[in-house]
Amino acid sequence: MSTSVKTSSPKTEPRAPQQYSDRAKAERRLGWLLAGPAFVVMLAVTAYPILQAVFDSLFSYRLTAPDEREFIGLGNYAVILSDQVWWRDLGVTLLITVVTVVVELILGFALALVMHKALKSVRGLLRTAILVPYGIITVVSAFAWFYAFDINSGFVNNWFDWVPGIDPDLNWFAQGSTSLFVIMASEIWKTTPFISLLLLAGLAQVPDELTEAAEVDGATWWERMSRVVLPNMKAAIMVAVLFRALDAFRIFDNVFIMTNGAFGTEVLSLLAYRTSISRLEIGLGSAVSVLLFICVLLICFIAIKLFKVDLAGARGGK
Amino acid sequence: MKGSRTKERVVWTVISIFVLVYALFPVASILATSFKEPSDLTSGKFLPTNWSGVNYEEILVGDAQGLFLSSLWNSIGIALIATFIAVVLATLCAYAIARLDFPGKKLILTTALAVSIFPVISIVTPLFNLWRTIGLYDTWPGLIIPYLSLTLPISIWTLAAFFRQIPWELEQAAQVDGATTWQAFRKAIVPLAAPGVFTTAIIAFFIAWNDFVYGISLTSTEAARPVPAALAFFTGASQFEAPVGAISAAAIIVTIPIVLLVLLFQRQIVSGLTQGAVKG
Repeated sequence: MSTSVKTSSPKTEPRAPQQYSDRAKAERRLGWLLAGPAFVVMLAVTAYPILQAVFDSLFSYRLTAPDEREFIGLGNYAVILSDQVWWRDLGVTLLITVVTVVVELILGFALALVMHKALKSVRGLLRTAILVPYGIITVVSAFAWFYAFDINSGFVNNWFDWVPGIDPDLNWFAQGSTSLFVIMASEIWKTTPFISLLLLAGLAQVPDELTEAAEVDGATWWERMSRVVLPNMKAAIMVAVLFRALDAFRIFDNVFIMTNGAFGTEVLSLLAYRTSISRLEIGLGSAVSVLLFICVLLICFIAIKLFKVDLAGARGGK
Repeated sequence: MKGSRTKERVVWTVISIFVLVYALFPVASILATSFKEPSDLTSGKFLPTNWSGVNYEEILVGDAQGLFLSSLWNSIGIALIATFIAVVLATLCAYAIARLDFPGKKLILTTALAVSIFPVISIVTPLFNLWRTIGLYDTWPGLIIPYLSLTLPISIWTLAAFFRQIPWELEQAAQVDGATTWQAFRKAIVPLAAPGVFTTAIIAFFIAWNDFVYGISLTSTEAARPVPAALAFFTGASQFEAPVGAISAAAIIVTIPIVLLVLLFQRQIVSGLTQGAVKG
């Protein structure tokens, strides 16, 4: 770390070894003194609850009948994994994750290219516009899309009645496929800006000389993209994909607002919510929570081991 | 030459319009809905027939006032406090990471990363149960504490990236010139660090402001329910009236601070988001 300064003393002459080790000790202590509170808080708000969830998941435990609490080992997990609801919700969650991430990657890359190449005069305007969906509350985005498509308050059916399959009587939220379409549209709209900013940062790291040299050699735009720019941004792309995939896998707000899981649109987060908060089945709900957590770990593990995504490196770690 | 200039300008105008429509259309759509009269909501048109402020009246001075204004107050208070605590803790932590040499640095950054990808819903169940037992359910601290799991990790990453770029030698240079340690820190380092801290605060605030899962799971009344959760519980003026207008108006009001922050600090937010993301 080149910017770290070992001492606040203005003197720079070599120090005696003994003094150095005292300093190093003091520095260690100060380091943990400053960083410790943040570290402890992070562990307290996540590690402790997840351990509690693991513990609770081993019991048959409902808040409506707290006295009947009893240890059942992995019974809750057996119940969930043998229930079709879990597998259906997992399928829906994975579908949403894959579709949104692929669309966002393409759309986000296009936006990143636009921002990268934009004339100075419009650059600020474009970035400002793009940050609006990033900053907006997901629930607000969900309502905006919901009301636009809704059969009563919407205008989409009117505007697009020339498209085959869309007519004034189409109720978007009466079946799974059309509901999922709007849910994913809202999710994509809201989170593409974030992915495009990550990709913009990656684009900025591709040396201009490389693309210029390729251009001089007569490479077409497509060749420059696929052979020079994309391979050089591989790390940034992988990180963007992994982050968004993990985020999309946790999708909750859009589904809750638009369908509340009706017509086969329920996702895993909603299943966990419905089980523990609505039905007060703490044991079963904890087991769903733990399984969801394991899914996230699995996705991470696969990404890091199989695709060699260097999260720490790309996020500025050392 | 002149011809290609004009052509470039036309192309960029078209692209810019495309991006603007993409980014702003859903906001414009809910804005238009918020000005519709109840009878106009089913018109099937984008714009209201008569522009009316009746929905804003309902949530600001009318029947839905209690529900909306209390949730707005909760959201502002809880998000600001959660942001403040996260930024203070993260500033100390990031300073240590950028400046001092101590074992466990990597552990701290990895933990922050792990916490940031944590599925929020997974810790809602145990917190729900615990909060009910110890009396934090439906209180401000009951939301502020879990919000730290959202705001703290990203603050640490963003600030660590910012602080790594500060030329800390300046502090020594100031001391050589006769400044005391405190003066050197205040005059040389604080002005360089402040923009990063401020930017981090904006990003953390966006995240806390956006929360929905904790908001609906850990509150039950107006005592602590934040706006996103309140929106989901809005009901119409009468039982048979859909609350479309009121929700739209409330949605616009909570979007105003976001738009203002984005307009004022666009450059800082972009650099904050990308710095935290790329090798600093």
